[in-house]
Amino acid sequence: MALYSKRRIVALTGVLAVALTATACGSSDDDGGGDSTSGGNSSIDCAPYKAFGDLSGKTVSVYTSITAPEDAPHQASYKPFEDCTGVTIKYEGSKEFEAQLPVRVKGGNAPDIAYLPQPGLLKTLVATGAVKEAPPETVANVDKNMPDWKQYGTVDDKFYGAALGANVKSYVWYSPQAFKDKGYEVPKTWAELLALSDKIVADNADGAVKPWCAGIESGDATGWPATDWIEDVLLRTAGPETYDKWVNHEIPFNDPAVATALAEVGKILKNDKYVNGGFGDVKTIASTSFQDAGQPILDGECYMHRQANFYGANFPEGTKIGPDGDVWAFYLPSVDESTKPVLTAGEFVAAFADRPEVKAFQTYLASVEWANERAKTCGPNGGCVVANKNADPNLLKGEVDKLSATILTDEAATSRFDASDLMPGAVGSGTFWKGMTNWITGTDDKATLDYIENSWPKS
Amino acid sequence: MTSHVLVGVAGAIPEPLLRAQSVAGKFFLMFFAIALFAVVFGLVLLIASLFKGKTGERFQGVLFAGPAVLLLAVGLMYPAILTIIQSFRGKSGEGSFSVENYQQMFTEPELLLVLRNTAIWVILVPFIATGVGLVYAILIDRARGEAFSKALIFLPMAISMVGASIIWKFVYQYKQTSRPQIGLLNAILKALGFETQQFLINAPLNTFMLIIVMVWIQAGFAMTVLSAAIKAIPDEILEAAKLDGVQAFKMFRFITLPSIRPALVVVITTIGIGTLKVFDIVRTMTGGQFDTSVVANEFYNQSFRYDAGGLGAALAVLLFVLVIPIVVYNIFQMRKEA
Repeated sequence: MALYSKRRIVALTGVLAVALTATACGSSDDDGGGDSTSGGNSSIDCAPYKAFGDLSGKTVSVYTSITAPEDAPHQASYKPFEDCTGVTIKYEGSKEFEAQLPVRVKGGNAPDIAYLPQPGLLKTLVATGAVKEAPPETVANVDKNMPDWKQYGTVDDKFYGAALGANVKSYVWYSPQAFKDKGYEVPKTWAELLALSDKIVADNADGAVKPWCAGIESGDATGWPATDWIEDVLLRTAGPETYDKWVNHEIPFNDPAVATALAEVGKILKNDKYVNGGFGDVKTIASTSFQDAGQPILDGECYMHRQANFYGANFPEGTKIGPDGDVWAFYLPSVDESTKPVLTAGEFVAAFADRPEVKAFQTYLASVEWANERAKTCGPNGGCVVANKNADPNLLKGEVDKLSATILTDEAATSRFDASDLMPGAVGSGTFWKGMTNWITGTDDKATLDYIENSWPKS
Repeated sequence: MTSHVLVGVAGAIPEPLLRAQSVAGKFFLMFFAIALFAVVFGLVLLIASLFKGKTGERFQGVLFAGPAVLLLAVGLMYPAILTIIQSFRGKSGEGSFSVENYQQMFTEPELLLVLRNTAIWVILVPFIATGVGLVYAILIDRARGEAFSKALIFLPMAISMVGASIIWKFVYQYKQTSRPQIGLLNAILKALGFETQQFLINAPLNTFMLIIVMVWIQAGFAMTVLSAAIKAIPDEILEAAKLDGVQAFKMFRFITLPSIRPALVVVITTIGIGTLKVFDIVRTMTGGQFDTSVVANEFYNQSFRYDAGGLGAALAVLLFVLVIPIVVYNIFQMRKEA
């Protein structure tokens, strides 16, 4: 019986606890909400955002793949908006973004806003029905500021995602000083590029220094730098029309045109004489991280490294980037000088909520004001080029950023978006990456292209 | 009853509490959760105390088991059934009924490779780890510095799989032969005058290099359990055998091994189940690239990266099916002993 009475006491304690907690709950409820009523002292014109009503005290959550150290400058660019509206932007960056976002969306825990680096992912998410269409105010900004990018944010004739940051991928990083010392000229055509590579091989008969260094290791995303190679070359050897057909699967993935491009890439990446300066043989490309891959340029162990504008951030602190600096980038030459295809990439703003504060923030991100603020608050690593063509390029601080902005707005250039980002996720961020990785470690051209073609989702 | 209370209480919680942002708020949420647990527990006890007598005890049993069964049903059974259903509904897991996923799993060369790798893991890891642990346990048994020797091999158990993988990634690090080596293994190769190797890239060697990491972690577990079992062998038996003049090997074969058989079974099956689920090592060290993927890793890739939830579910079901015989065998063995 003693046992029973003891149980009663425990039970009573429990009931008491619930009563206490309930009171505690009630009191905490009252001081919820916020009291920040600001809006006066912003550096931009607040009128466009006043139209969304009184937003002070509201919160917008943002989920991105942009992590430290690039995240802080990004958040700094939201300040004028926050000052205008009193909205708090809650920023969360994750390296597991691509895998986690669909899980969060499916689990009913979607962020208000996500920056999608792949239009293919946007398509997948739109299919789940969770993505909200962009509000008319945002669409107006997009039409005015980035009409060329609108198609990538559009799914089934409905517009969802405004472009945000932009990248130029068709760059070859090199050391201007090393080129000058050896009397090498920046190549203007593809043939000149290969001739220069041969010349570097001939000049370094012992094989210790090689013309190219490359690396495609990138954790979960291993393989993507190799997909950029084939895309860049396909744009040059087959032209933009074929490229578009390839992206949309109007021609098979293993089309002869693609095979030609891959063979051309193989002349460099699978040539033990050309690669892999500073690291070893061809296979080391698969295990070298893309961050490390271009570093041998600084040590004089390799001369060229093909990688996007954002690669500049990976050089050690104090490295001078510029035409007369320690490293600089030249445009990956086309077959001849008559065409100038450019491979681009970027992020897109997808909204999973249509509350007024979310719409207002979407509109801000598509505005010239944001683009300029982004350039002004840009961190030391650069990478602040935006898709917005009306942004003031003179505000950009980095030399590469300036060059990229010039290339993006160049009328003579033909831009195409990164194909792997446009293809269905199973291919673009799956078998294409994996296939190219296996290609580096030994699979032949035909088997690689057939493997990827077979993985293309039926239906 | 309990679920009703839970839902009722949860409904009354103001939203900011569940989405607490501040440190104080999070602590409050924690205390609230603990209090809630106490309340539910208290209620169960209170109600249980109302029943008395023989039939009352039966009610009490149901009442005490109730919350656990409920949580298992919601957290384990329900998702498991959903996964099985999903695996039969096409690549995305949302289509109509088909066995396409299973068909693909056993015909596509890439997935067959994954199955082959998993088989290699499951065959090698439990036996090598147990073997190493057993030999070690016997060698150090009653030797000088036993505690220290044990601690030495048990230490890896304290390191997380990801941590161990990162350590071993450094051990396997590749640099050209002509350069200074930072990877231990290649440094040794170079010192002995051999060419340095890309251990994590060259298939099928790389799968075995990953297996070594798992063995390194699990051998300590095997050693500890087996050492305890060896110590539990009654001294009389050992003495009797010694008096009969039994040689060392025969002593091991006919005395030690039969005596620790139950412990051996537990160790092998436990490591076997752990190996079937291996994910961290593969994902951290190679990401499943270079022909090293295993079922758990491929399940993750298919489900969360390739947008093929159905195929991912099928792989998860396969894991489930493979684990069942081991668990059943384990239970039978334990029944036999009991």
